[in-house]
Amino acid sequence: MIELDLALQRSEFSLELALRSPARALALFGPSGCGKTSTLLAIAGLLHPRRGRIAIDGHALFDADANIDLPPARRNLGVVFQDARLFPHLSVRDNLRYGMPRAATAQRFDDVVQLLALSAFLKRKPGQLSGGQIRRVAIGRALLREPHALLLDEPLANLHREARAEVLEYLRGLKRGFTLSTILVSHQPDEVIALADSVALIEDGRLAALQSIDAFQSSIAASGSLLAAKACASG
Amino acid sequence: MLLTHAEIVALALSFKVSLVGVACSLPVAVGCAWLLARTRFFGKPVFEGLLLLPLILPPVVTGYVLLILFGHHGAIGRWLDAAGLSIAFRWTGAALAAAVMAFPLLVVALRNAFESVDRKLEHAAATLGAGPWRIFFGITLPLSARGLVAGLALAFARAFGEFGATITFVSSIPGQTRTLPIALYELISMPGGENGALRLTLVAVVVAVIASLIAALMLLRGGTREAEA
Repeated sequence: MIELDLALQRSEFSLELALRSPARALALFGPSGCGKTSTLLAIAGLLHPRRGRIAIDGHALFDADANIDLPPARRNLGVVFQDARLFPHLSVRDNLRYGMPRAATAQRFDDVVQLLALSAFLKRKPGQLSGGQIRRVAIGRALLREPHALLLDEPLANLHREARAEVLEYLRGLKRGFTLSTILVSHQPDEVIALADSVALIEDGRLAALQSIDAFQSSIAASGSLLAAKACASG
Repeated sequence: MLLTHAEIVALALSFKVSLVGVACSLPVAVGCAWLLARTRFFGKPVFEGLLLLPLILPPVVTGYVLLILFGHHGAIGRWLDAAGLSIAFRWTGAALAAAVMAFPLLVVALRNAFESVDRKLEHAAATLGAGPWRIFFGITLPLSARGLVAGLALAFARAFGEFGATITFVSSIPGQTRTLPIALYELISMPGGENGALRLTLVAVVVAVIASLIAALMLLRGGTREAEA
């Protein structure tokens, strides 16, 4: 269960979002600048709402009324940033191990390395990787944190077609193989359809509609436009 | 070019005083530079101005302030004397003067280095469970390494060339406080000291050039990396 109820002010932009979704994989979908990434950063604890509550699977991460505001390090979320944010001075292996809990097993590391096919470049630095490889390492690093939930911010953005297909396939595998709650930020319908169970349509910092993935897919297929999808949901 | 025994003693003392001074200055400079680069607080411009004072004040004034504070009858000095840790007119006093004079250069270099580190990487580390110390030592400091080395080289050069504050605070005692610049000054002041003065001048120039080259190389490489990124 993903519960979001937050109000956030960023310079001239105001975000007011409230939703509850039982979906395991929820997509925040909308045009650039609508507040998707701000929402994700607030969930991660990197932005601070002025009121509201954020909880995933019953774990309250932020609750203004209860005076709860866990720091990012204690939220136990696996965050995959749009720009990956790999540590440039560390090898791929050390990037992957950075967030691993002390009790994590070597087997867990090997499993994730195998799942994302990272073994060939564990000794390389991020600067020696392709765009697709960088995203895969970022995903692996987030998974090895052993998080309660996974936050994906435009995980396929700025990748060329082949790399996009490659990373999408790994993310599909992830969805099949893990039972993690996932929040995906995207403005690409195909990405949302492939990875989400439910879609929150966001416009100008407000929730425009909350749809099942089937309804979203139908509306996209019918019109190919966000506006039509919204009209379908509300009508 | 052969140095006399007294010149070698002055040279060795200068290295010792500069290295110890910069090493003592470093942790405090790191903390202050981090505060300036990463935090906002009331009175920050005043705090910054105070940190840079040794760069702006005449060195003799800095030396005199040190004498007032750390001299045998100074506010801190009398306590140090009582504890058997007197630093006035000793090489440790010269190291303190070097530390104070090198401090602002270290702070400025480190502040610039910390500000050049992408804060998004620190945020990413936080989401991976890292606390502030682990982020600082694991991410911020390694990514600031070039600025740190450049700052250390400049600070060492400054400490090595320190004269005014040192002679005011700890005078000129052979083997204790007569560093290379002070020995050079005394050679210039006395008849027949020209050759010795020339030798020490050459040594000082070589040390300064090496330090400047290290600093320039580090800053240039850092700039090139940023441009490539």
